[in-house]
Order: sequence, then structure tokens, then C-alpha cells
Amino acid sequence: MGKYYQPEIETASVEQIKSWQNEKLVKQIKHVWDNVPYYRNKMEEKGITPDDIKSIDDLHKLPFLTKDDLREAYPYGLLGTDLKNCVRIQSTSGTTGKRVVAFYTQEDVEIWEECCARAIMAVGGTNEDVCQVAYGYGLFTGGPGLNGGSHKVGCLTLPMSSGNTERQLQFMTDLGATILCCTPSYAAYLAESIHERGLRDQIKLRAGIFGAEAWSENMRRDIEKSLGIKAYDIYGLTEISGPGVSFECEAQTGMHINEDHFIAEIIDPDTGEVLPEGSKGELVFTCIDKEAFPLLRYRTRDICVLTRNKCSCGRTFIKMTKPMGRSDDMLIIRGVNVFPSQIETVLLQQGYQANYQIVVDRVNNTDTFEVLVEMTPDLFSDNLGKITEMEKELVLALKAMLGIQAKVKLVAPKSIARSEGKAVRVIDKRKI
Amino acid sequence: MAVNQISVFLENRTGQLAEITGLLAENKINLRAISIAETADYGVLRLIADDSEKATSVLLSQGNIINMNPVTVVAVPDKPAGLSELLALLADSDVSVEYMYSLFTHQNDKAYMVFRVTDYDNFIQLLTSHGLTPVSSAELGLK
Repeated sequence: MGKYYQPEIETASVEQIKSWQNEKLVKQIKHVWDNVPYYRNKMEEKGITPDDIKSIDDLHKLPFLTKDDLREAYPYGLLGTDLKNCVRIQSTSGTTGKRVVAFYTQEDVEIWEECCARAIMAVGGTNEDVCQVAYGYGLFTGGPGLNGGSHKVGCLTLPMSSGNTERQLQFMTDLGATILCCTPSYAAYLAESIHERGLRDQIKLRAGIFGAEAWSENMRRDIEKSLGIKAYDIYGLTEISGPGVSFECEAQTGMHINEDHFIAEIIDPDTGEVLPEGSKGELVFTCIDKEAFPLLRYRTRDICVLTRNKCSCGRTFIKMTKPMGRSDDMLIIRGVNVFPSQIETVLLQQGYQANYQIVVDRVNNTDTFEVLVEMTPDLFSDNLGKITEMEKELVLALKAMLGIQAKVKLVAPKSIARSEGKAVRVIDKRKI
Repeated sequence: MAVNQISVFLENRTGQLAEITGLLAENKINLRAISIAETADYGVLRLIADDSEKATSVLLSQGNIINMNPVTVVAVPDKPAGLSELLALLADSDVSVEYMYSLFTHQNDKAYMVFRVTDYDNFIQLLTSHGLTPVSSAELGLK
């Protein structure tokens, strides 16, 4: 049996969880109806009122919110309480379009940090651990979320923020960090740096909590092997709160969603229709007890599957798979859907590192598709013929996976910018 | 009798080669032979240094990807067909040459290097301003 931050909630019966959800949802709809005119208008357009929502079975009647709504309502349009009740904002990285700003009351922050505390305890964290938080601090939710969770568990917290690898390694070795929290690509980079400096015997890490970007099972195994740790996934998004919306337990078979705060649905991304448990589709969240930024039926664009099976850790919360792609990360190249995660899978299978960059452009009305890959010591040879042969094999493997031809470009080690926050995997230069 | 050769992965980027030779120069490493095999996107620099262990460690310290391989150096008669006779011999014996390049000699205290450049006029001007002149065919004994 694992350890829990709030055992009575995390191991509650499914009936109990549903009953909490029913009660909180009905209350939340009234809260939103009374305080968020933007969403109230959406409900009125669909001809529904709070009276139509009597339980979670009525959830499907509610209108969706999308990232476009957040942009349109920026900055205060979706605020659910007076600004004087808010104590914090966090913001998304804003790589496309307008930034999204999310507001928190003190109670919202408490709940978010509790979710992160659950995640840390699910990987075996206790007040005897030294927790190195190497997610960015600031507007990005990664640092503040895990920092708060680590405090709640009572770990000695190292608020490193991201970057400054030398300092990360110094604190990691000198203070004996046992849990590392950062993006998976930064974890892989730290692992490389540890090996380069011969520090492998001086680290005491035993677990990592890695999230905020897509990573594959292969990458998980690589990091685990390289650092001698167990690597766990964590999921979240600023719009809903931040990291800790769901988290992996020792079973490492998907992430438990904190269902006492968030109701998850899977929908068909084209029709919006709710799909039965076990179907692959777009993940939608409804926040049932947030005060300041109470999003209802928010479309995450993440494609995944929900399943509720008995888990060996004892938790009863429904589990989501690692997102298999994002509908907005998805590239359409020469008419074919390409997910960056597919490319990562092929690279790792072929012995390359998971550090890569996709460059898409349009020349003479045809899409060009280039994958930049770093050369590794294991694959390098003095014989150019062997390298080109290997490159050809990679092109074939990519074609087998994606169905289209990519141009592979081998580049110098560490020449692809690494992730102090999120790695830039896709450069789309097309002007369409 | 094997000689240590170091090969270095080169990304096709202006200045990459200069960085590597600069690094070796800083560490007082002398190059005895050098060759580059390249595709449009990357290349393999092969070199023989006077101190291959030191060269290996300074190259690795700067994050280069390298390999060390044994190669054989043969003194071929410096006369017409000198190389051709050796190659014919190898071919007859089903030995194929993976790659081959020349080693600097120390005759006249000079090592002869062959360049092919994109901007020939500018190249000649640069040589002249550094007090160098291109070696003529005549000086090399060529017709």
C-alpha cells in the first residue's frame, strides 16, 4: 500500500466520490451563474439554467470552454470572485496568441498545493525527503505548485527554479536531494551532465516527478536507468490549477485524477459528444470547487484515455493515460497528421537521444519536413558510409511510423536548445 | 604498426572547423594529417595528432563527439604509379580501401595542403596579405 496525503479522500469509495462531485457541481454551477456573466451567457444561449444541472449526469448539457474563450475573456472575463479575494495569478507560457492568466484565492492555492502534496506522497515522499524543485518559478505553475506541495508534505524544499545546471548539481550532491521535480527534458539533460562530470555515485535521488511536456515510456526508462531512480509523471494545466490535476502512483500505469476537485470527461474532438470510459478522445475538465477561476467543461486539447480500475496503490481516483498528443500540437504535413511524440518514439528506438527539433516549411507549395537530431557518441563512426546508412534507417523508420518522408539532419551534440522550461520541439515556418 | 587516428563529428556550420583547430592550437597540439569527408549536412574530420591522448581529452572536454581508430601509414614511392601499384595490389587481393588521405611531409619545413574554396579571388588576396603565396605547379614539379 502506498502512502497518502489525504487517505480518506484518495481511497474513498467510487460512490462517495460521485456523491462529493454531485454536491460540489450543483453548488459550482450556481457560483458561476451568479458570478461569471461570460459563462452565464453561454448557458443562456444553450437555453439552460442552473436548475437543469442536478447531478454529474447532467454535465454534458453544459457548454464547453476553449482556449479561444480564455483569450476572448482576457483578463477578467472568467473571474469568479472579486479581485480583492484573489491572492495570486499564474500564466501560461503564451507561445501562441495572447497569454492566459488564471486567478487564485487563498483557498484555491491551498487545494492546488494539496494536489501536489498528494503527488509527492504517491511517489513515497515524506518529511525526511529533500525535494529539489527545478521547474521554473514565476508565472509558470511548475515551480510554485511543486514548491507548495513539497512544503505541505514537509520535505526539505530546494527552490532551485530551472536552469543553472552547475548550481543544480552542486545542491543535488551537497544537500543530498532525494526527489527531483522538473520537466522530463531537463531531467534528461541533468542526467547527461551528471554522467559527464562523473557525479553518478554522489547523488541520492530515488524519485523524479516530471511533467509539463510530452514524454514517452522509452524516455522514462532512459531517465530511470541513467539516474537510478523511479520516474513519475504528473499532469496539469494553468487553466485548471497547475501541476497535480493528476499524478502517477507507484504502479506507473497512468495518472490518478484528483476527482474531489476536478471532473474529467473524454469527448470526440470533432462532435463534442461524450465518449464512454476507455475511449480515446479529448480530455475535458470541470473544476468543481475553484473560486477565482472556475472553468467548466474546459477542453484541454490533450488526447488520452480514462479508465477506472482497482489500482495496486489503493487509490480509487480514475486514471488518465499520458496524453498521446495534443490536437493543437498536431502538425498536418503534406496532409498527414504528425504528433511530435511519434518522432520521439522512433528516435529512442533507433538509439538516438530524445532531443530533437522538427522544422516545417513550405517551398513551392510543398511542405518540407526536417527533423534535426543530435549525433551521439554511440552512433558516431569514422566511416561516413556507416553514418549515412544509419541516417537512411532513421528516415525509413520515421516513414514507417508517420507515413511521410522526413529529411533527417544530424547536428552537433547539445546544439538543440534544451529546456530550461519547455523544449521547443516544433518550428513551423509555413505562412499559409 | 597502427597509428591512432581521431575522427570528429562536424556539423555543417561556418566556423566549426576553426573552433576545433583553434582548440588544438591552444593546447599546443600539432596536426600531422587531416582529412574531411562530408555530406551536405555534416562531415567527419579525421586527424592524426602528435599527442593523440591529449587531443582526445581536449576535444572531449568541449563536448565534441569523437572516435579513435587505428590506421596504417605506408611510405609509398614518390614516383609515377607509386600509389597505383600499391592499390592494384590491394585490389587483386580483394582488399578495399575505405578511405585514404595524405600525411604532411616535412620537406623544406613545409606541409603542403590542398584547398578548394568558394571565393578564389578573395582567398588569394587573404593569402597575400598574410605574406603567403599559392604554391605553383612548377614548384611542385608538375607540368
